[in-house]
Amino acid sequence: MAGGTGGGETITMSTHESAVQAAHAHAGPQGFIRKWVFSLDHKVIGLQYYFLALVAVFVGMFLSLLMRIHLVWPTATLPLLGDIKPETYLTLVTMHGTIMVFFVLTTAPQGGFGNYFLPIQIGAPDMAFPVLNMLSFWTTFVGFVVMIAAFFVAGGAPLHGWTGYAPLSAVQSTGPGEGLGADLWIISIAIFCIGALMGALNFITTTLDMRAKGMTMMRMPLTVWAWFVTAILGLLAFGVLLSAGILLLMDRNLGTSFYVPLITVNGQLTGHKGGSPLLWQHLFWFFGHPEVYIAILPAMGLASQLLSVFSRKPIFGYKAMVYAILGIGFLGFMVWGHHMFMSGMSPYTAFAFSIMTMGIGVPSAIKTFNWLGTIWGGRIRFDSPMLFAIGFVSLFVSGGISGPFLAQPVLDIQLHDTYFVPGHFHLIMGVASIFGIFAATYYWFPKMFGRMMNESMARWHFWFSFIGTYAIFMPMHYLGMAGMPRRYSQMTEVAYLHDLIPLQKFITYAAFITIAGQLIFLVNLFWSMFNGKKAVDNPWEATTLEWTTATPPPHDNFGGHTPVVHNGPYEYGVPGAPRDYVMQSDPEIEPAH
Amino acid sequence: MASFSTTATVTDPRVSLGDDGIVPPVLAGGGDDGPSSGSPDYATRLRRARLGLLVALTPVLMLFVSFTSAYVVRQGLPTLDPRTATLVRDWIPVTLPKLLLINTGVLVLSSVFMELARRQIRNEAALASADSIAGDSLDGESKIPWLPMTLALGIIFLFGQWMAWRQLAASGFYVATTPSSSFVYLLTGTHAVHLLGGVLALCGAGVASLLGLSLTRRSIVVDVTAWYWHFMAGLWVYILCLLEFAS
Amino acid sequence: MGLVLLVVIWLITFISTYFFIAKTWWLPVGASAAAAGIDHHFTTTFILMGIVFVAAQVALGYLVWSYRDRGSAFKASYSHGNTTLEIVWTVLTTILFVGLNLTSSSIWASERFRAAASDSVQVEVTGMQFAWYFRYPGPDGKFGATNPELEDASAGGEAALGLDTKDPASKDDVVSGVMVVPVNREIEVILRAHDVIHSFFIPQMRFKQDAVPGLAIHMHFTPTQTGDYEILCAELCGLGHYKMHGIVKVVTPEEFDKWLAAREAEKL
Repeated sequence: MAGGTGGGETITMSTHESAVQAAHAHAGPQGFIRKWVFSLDHKVIGLQYYFLALVAVFVGMFLSLLMRIHLVWPTATLPLLGDIKPETYLTLVTMHGTIMVFFVLTTAPQGGFGNYFLPIQIGAPDMAFPVLNMLSFWTTFVGFVVMIAAFFVAGGAPLHGWTGYAPLSAVQSTGPGEGLGADLWIISIAIFCIGALMGALNFITTTLDMRAKGMTMMRMPLTVWAWFVTAILGLLAFGVLLSAGILLLMDRNLGTSFYVPLITVNGQLTGHKGGSPLLWQHLFWFFGHPEVYIAILPAMGLASQLLSVFSRKPIFGYKAMVYAILGIGFLGFMVWGHHMFMSGMSPYTAFAFSIMTMGIGVPSAIKTFNWLGTIWGGRIRFDSPMLFAIGFVSLFVSGGISGPFLAQPVLDIQLHDTYFVPGHFHLIMGVASIFGIFAATYYWFPKMFGRMMNESMARWHFWFSFIGTYAIFMPMHYLGMAGMPRRYSQMTEVAYLHDLIPLQKFITYAAFITIAGQLIFLVNLFWSMFNGKKAVDNPWEATTLEWTTATPPPHDNFGGHTPVVHNGPYEYGVPGAPRDYVMQSDPEIEPAH
Repeated sequence: MASFSTTATVTDPRVSLGDDGIVPPVLAGGGDDGPSSGSPDYATRLRRARLGLLVALTPVLMLFVSFTSAYVVRQGLPTLDPRTATLVRDWIPVTLPKLLLINTGVLVLSSVFMELARRQIRNEAALASADSIAGDSLDGESKIPWLPMTLALGIIFLFGQWMAWRQLAASGFYVATTPSSSFVYLLTGTHAVHLLGGVLALCGAGVASLLGLSLTRRSIVVDVTAWYWHFMAGLWVYILCLLEFAS
Repeated sequence: MGLVLLVVIWLITFISTYFFIAKTWWLPVGASAAAAGIDHHFTTTFILMGIVFVAAQVALGYLVWSYRDRGSAFKASYSHGNTTLEIVWTVLTTILFVGLNLTSSSIWASERFRAAASDSVQVEVTGMQFAWYFRYPGPDGKFGATNPELEDASAGGEAALGLDTKDPASKDDVVSGVMVVPVNREIEVILRAHDVIHSFFIPQMRFKQDAVPGLAIHMHFTPTQTGDYEILCAELCGLGHYKMHGIVKVVTPEEFDKWLAAREAEKL
């Protein structure tokens, strides 16, 4: 893979040989194992994370489909799987949430695309610590295997929800799956924490120490800012989750009482006393709230990128966008108590958390205004990455609007632990982040695989997903207001819930259709890898450094030389320029404001 | 108004060729920003490794901050006695074995040795590069084996912690006996696990020496491990004070 | 494509909004003294956030259609932003969000900062896998001791709570599987849990509070309409979570006194 395949014409003969020499000096390792299994190349590792997340998302979607079926047809017998018992339903709920949050939303945007493109976008040849990078992927992989193993042990996977509240999760006798399955769940998450921390280490060190000449912090693309701040959040949050998990394992297996007060389960004393269930909630949500920003920030960075590229306009308010990312990151550590308004926490503390929570809505709103401001006055190209970026903005608004309801404790009294909550977080964190992953795939596929994805299939995929996810999650707000609680495996026991079954059926049908639509994406992804139209180096005419490399990039990204940066990342439509975009590494323009 | 110089780069938007439109010669670069042709120099690698360590210590700190907050809250937390429906406090402080003080001395001394080892290998590396001789020159210079001595003290510390746990158990405090004893084992055990990591890193540096790996590489490993070691020593003193005085 | 996006985004927005405004599925009718204030604040939040929702989505749809690429004759406007505009909308958003929250704080304070009145009707509510039990203190006004070692859920009632009959104060305690309360009186609820976290949720009363093992949480509400109301468990508590529900019967004061007297008579 010689470097500079795309730029051959402009290299003079005398330097051609040195370029070839350079390429050989930086040719990657040979042999299948070192090239594709234990690769130290951040690009391969990024793909490994991506494909792990791809497997995880289909597992997660399958689990949710089973949930939706059971909820509206609780007595149905499924082929192969038989009857779904109430405890099985709760297992599905638990594992769906856990797999999606950790192995999809915390894996694909950051470990996948971040690993692949952060070094290139800052002009570096790799991450700071390639061996650690390789270890971080394989650690995450082992974590996934352990998580899946929980399904297959005696008692099965746990039923305590992805939030794992104690004492339900802390005592083995509280329900089926709370034995070995729950231990494996905790161990898997602990392994995941280690992998995530290793990754965060690399991202932060690389961003701070390996930027190319001229790539100042304020010339970094917003994707890099997002990955960087996400890594900082992870650095600070995953250690706390690890601590919570250690205490939980001790309570479950060593008889300690960190979380468990004097309780009886089925009339039997458990031997614990004096512990505090609220301690688990505090530790978990101290991690859990930054976690939701970890899930969404990369998508926000990418949306900024794509809206700018495909509107042929600079991002509106780059500095404000940077401050908003920093603000969201910082405030994200101060609001965890809003998950605990009804928990028995002091009402004064609740009030303090609610004010902070309303505060964090402000930088998110700023970002939304700026996205609209970026589109305004643009020349929009509706390529598939842009469709998903536009979809992202719509979903982010919808999901964000329900936030202020939940953030006010008086309203949370009614809405907490009802379907209003999953309606909110699926739109703003689940679907919006997934749209970010799709957008990133369509956008960067040409660079990663040297081919274009099929645009017609992409559009079908977009419409299925956009309309479908609204059809699934918007009605959940109505259900929540009407009083439908979360995590109920069926609606047969409470009279007024019967009236809500038709709406739940609508959601289930929408889920079937939407999930079917994802198969279009899967087919497109694999088909295009082998049969897609060959891509040029910069098919979207974008300005950031990854579009200056060969396609796919060579082992050291830039084919033997280090780029030098002169411009910001969003110089589109510069008046007086020969074409409507200026690469970051092009000679300096004098910006006309 | 934007203005442009008319170089070749503008006409070929797909590949940018850097500063003046010409591919730099292969052997240039590799200064203080990233390896473009050859590895970064020693100063860069050292700085990067130290930055990495600083970042890595953050989650370690968060882990112990989290344990601390659980400890403080738990101490003061009343719990409901279901029999009387009143709130009672059930914190029984643990008497820490005196052995822990000796272990503390051992660890602090090991930190001193660690620092001496760090400076020793740093001087060696500086001398080696000045002489343009790669690898070792084992003659001359202070050859007190600070590194092996640090390693020995580290292992003695871990052994001492093990003995202290046995003493605790002998006096009736097991991990689940009281909330206070749970925290003693939790905090000291987690610290010991992390220190073991440092011990393994030192073993790695020693093995690297025997295998004849490059001096600069070993120097970086020892430097980073030294800072980690000092952090672990400081953390230990903090844990001891927390357990002893915050009751 | 721009037009299609506009149409779809607007349709999704208008259809969703329609169902909100038509209240096709809505909060159940409030039946407690707190409901009016809470519902009023809900409506305020709903209107303000609804306006923002519609405005943002309509703007998005409009912008993606209006600024579609119409050929190279039209240039994108080269702008890095507008600081004045940034400041204006940041300040406005802050005022909206923080203002909304502060206006709700007085309701929160009255519900939660204030302890129950001294003449409120006391009911101890205990959650366990998977049922609710209700205990009244009886004529002595004191709740007797319970002992976890005496619990026997299969025997129901007092045995389920592990009531310690050796304690004189427990002799007159009334344990019921149904919660009965008088209308227009403040009810003090003392929430307990035996095993895992449950949550005591009465939608029409706008009342929800987690029942946490190791705590006895005091809350209060004042029912204002007679009738039977569903109690649902609102915190995942195990495989029976979906069927852990109860009934609260709000009756006239006379009916309540009669009911309670009859139950207390059984204890003599």
